[in-house]
Amino acid sequence: MSDRRLTGLLALGLVAALLIAAATGPFALSPSKILAVLGGDRSDPQAVTVLWNIRLPRVLAAAVVGAALAAAGAAYQTTFRNPLVSPDILGVSAGAGFGAVLGILLGLPVMAIQFLGFGVGLATVGLVLGLTLALRGTGQVLVMVLCGIAIGALASAGISLVKLLADPEQQLPAITFWLMGSLAGVKRADLGAATPALLIGIAPLLALRWRIGLLAMGDDEARAMGINATRLRILVIACATLMTAAAVALAGIIGWIGLMVPHMARLITGPRFDRMLPAAILIGAGFMVLVDTAARSIATLEVPLGILTSALGAPVFVWLLARGARPWSE
Amino acid sequence: MIQLTRRALAGLLLTAALTVSFAPAAPAFDGRTITDITGREVQVPTDPARVFAAGPPAAVLLYTLKPQAMIGWVSAPKPEAAPFLLPEAAALPELGRLTGRGDTLNLEVLLSANPDLIVDYGAVNDTYIDLAGRIQEQSGVPYALIDGSFAHMSQGIREMADILGVPERGEELATYADRTLADLDALLAGIPESDRPTVYLARGSEGLETPARGSINAEIIERIGARNVTAAETQGLTSVSPEQVQAWAPEVIITIDRDFAANVGNMPEWQGIPAVTNGRVYLAPSAPFGFIDAPPSVNRLAGLIWLSHKLYPTAATGDLRTEIADFYGLFYGIRPDEAVLTDLLGE
Repeated sequence: MSDRRLTGLLALGLVAALLIAAATGPFALSPSKILAVLGGDRSDPQAVTVLWNIRLPRVLAAAVVGAALAAAGAAYQTTFRNPLVSPDILGVSAGAGFGAVLGILLGLPVMAIQFLGFGVGLATVGLVLGLTLALRGTGQVLVMVLCGIAIGALASAGISLVKLLADPEQQLPAITFWLMGSLAGVKRADLGAATPALLIGIAPLLALRWRIGLLAMGDDEARAMGINATRLRILVIACATLMTAAAVALAGIIGWIGLMVPHMARLITGPRFDRMLPAAILIGAGFMVLVDTAARSIATLEVPLGILTSALGAPVFVWLLARGARPWSE
Repeated sequence: MIQLTRRALAGLLLTAALTVSFAPAAPAFDGRTITDITGREVQVPTDPARVFAAGPPAAVLLYTLKPQAMIGWVSAPKPEAAPFLLPEAAALPELGRLTGRGDTLNLEVLLSANPDLIVDYGAVNDTYIDLAGRIQEQSGVPYALIDGSFAHMSQGIREMADILGVPERGEELATYADRTLADLDALLAGIPESDRPTVYLARGSEGLETPARGSINAEIIERIGARNVTAAETQGLTSVSPEQVQAWAPEVIITIDRDFAANVGNMPEWQGIPAVTNGRVYLAPSAPFGFIDAPPSVNRLAGLIWLSHKLYPTAATGDLRTEIADFYGLFYGIRPDEAVLTDLLGE
């Protein structure tokens, strides 16, 4: 199948997922009502509120978060030449989580909590990169990953400390729910605040996807083809971190998407990064939209996304492994 | 197979003998034996002078019955609670919690505070029963557990007062509780089902955390005769989406979060909900203890009075301010003046 036809099919799938999501929810809205409201009908204010202020922002946020996590995971896996890498490898999720729960502990407004999560997530990865440079490890990637594990563990300890200090009646439940990941509270303003960071992160990855793919062949080969591997790698890490931090700030910690979706995409397109990335973005967006639709439909209570993605992700991942030895990189 | 030599055997016996002889001797006991809700026999001192309340609901009941016997708080009262508390009680240290979500109390810290009794009050289930037995066994301090549900309200107060050695005080508060609940039932008898509003109880600054029907945190809504719209699969605190609340369309929203109460009118995703449209979003007073929840203890009697005026404004008789002042005078020993009352009730 040609790239263009494949991308078109996946885009069609995403549109279908978006339509299903927009038509599903605990507030009963008939398809004709939805079309009328989308067409500008204001006669039923509650339907307008539900569709414009609650459901559509949430569906779009799910698409954006899924795309960002999948793209970040694909970029990390390729640049680190490791199939087990996910977007939180350098501690960004733990860092963003720590920032956000600190915000909850301090009783900050929701926007400030998200901003603090975003900022601390970026700072964590900055710290990891700074440490890597300071240590000047010969095998740079390995040193970087180990620094990420160490700083990530520190941030996790910080989260535990905040939980200990939190008021168990009020703050502890809020922290627990936040850490499990959810899009329940997403507003239009949140979406507007997070989308620029996500676009800024995803655009260079798409533009440079062919070159980034060369990194998977090893630094020497990449250099032989005239690419500054170190600089490109730093750029990819910066973009992927920006997107992951924004996604975590918007939706809390959602595991597995960034690890699993790139593998699903690779199964369809093969290992070449320039072909795999667009597929991963579309699959990630569609998958997340469907998972979030399930999260708000299968029960009256919100099923946290982190639980669903793990429950769905782990079996799918094992199935992918069982399907056998497809190369993950060229 | 390990051969047990004679020497090893002698060593073992010696160790055993030493362990027995160094084990603390049972203290001379001047008290009596009671049977708590768990069916365990607990030997309690006649007039316990140093009592630790294992959880926030127990702390409230202990404070209302015998404040001078308190040795510390599970979590220190908030600054806004201080004007309503006895100065010596407000100044007591925070020792940490022994039950519920995560222990933060070190048993050695507890023992160095030298309690002669531990009491707990609230939900009774196998976990709490087991915990009570374990703590008692480990610390050697008697540990009594009392049912804190509404159905058991006045009886629970009497039981706790009896254990604390203040039966007259307990009788006084229990009588008040009986009368308040009887008044409520008389009021409810005149209100048909159709006039009882549906209620959503909002927690968290986004208002999206809510206790489901059957949870002790939402028990007061059912007791007041209203219907909690949150029917979920769990009986605890859950997280819901604003769309779900739109679908439930509650007629009244009660919240314990100040930010949410202040902002809900401007939050776009909450528009169109009858409670918001009709201005029936009520912030529950929270000083010194919450009216609705936080913690679910005898303070909820004030919540019942307050809710009966909010939910049934035409049917409720009596003056809300006087009734609340009476409650504070009786339970907390401090009768608020008009200015404080206005501030407390947010009117």
